[in-house]
Amino acid sequence: MELLIFITLMASGYFVGSWAERNHYRSIVKREEETLFLPTTTAKHPMGVLPPVRESRLVSGSVVISVDYFKRVLAGLRTLFGGRVSSYETLVDRARREAVLRMKEQCLGASQLINVRIETSSISKGAKEQIGSVEVLAYGTAIYCQAE
Amino acid sequence: MFMTNTEEVPGKIIRVCKGVVSGSTVRAKHAGRDLMASVKNIFGGELAGYTELLSESRDEAIGRMQEQARQMGANAVVNVRFSTSSVAAGAAEIYVYGTAVVVE
Repeated sequence: MELLIFITLMASGYFVGSWAERNHYRSIVKREEETLFLPTTTAKHPMGVLPPVRESRLVSGSVVISVDYFKRVLAGLRTLFGGRVSSYETLVDRARREAVLRMKEQCLGASQLINVRIETSSISKGAKEQIGSVEVLAYGTAIYCQAE
Repeated sequence: MFMTNTEEVPGKIIRVCKGVVSGSTVRAKHAGRDLMASVKNIFGGELAGYTELLSESRDEAIGRMQEQARQMGANAVVNVRFSTSSVAAGAAEIYVYGTAVVVE
């Protein structure tokens, strides 16, 4: 009976999880192309020569994403042998890109987005139940220039 | 109130530095949300309840920091930094701090 539950969880985690991940990646790539016109930098000062600044604003975006059951079991096995835990690599990659996108989507009219910082932590880390979920917070300063 | 995470407010000049201001908040979601999150943990994907929780607490923390800056007579907060930590399972702490300044 327990084995049956385990297999069901594994199967649903595998199918639904990989389907959701593919969809998410597709949406991320599409939206990254759409927001490509907004220059984003981690530098403290705007890059290049810009007209006088009219306004600057703090913008941020955050997301919490969890890994599916199948990948969690796989990662558990991986810790026995060591090596790349690729199931968690895609998790943090998706979370960071999503957070940056959400931040950019808040200031689509800006001239440049400077001093971007990305903060990662796991919010629901129980002692007995290891929930593989990460939260990512991206923040930066959007600067709006005067029209030339 | 201007808020940036750079050392100055682009296009403005900093006149007076008022000191460090900060705001923090610890929040938890109700059990129903936690249950939903556990279900979501089987299938993977975004935990919308927790995302909402985080952005709510971030706004709250920023509000408290701005209030403190206003009391000091500042009109801008520069060099804002965020820091997050988990106090207990299902509860999130957001701490935000920066430097209150007067710009013109």
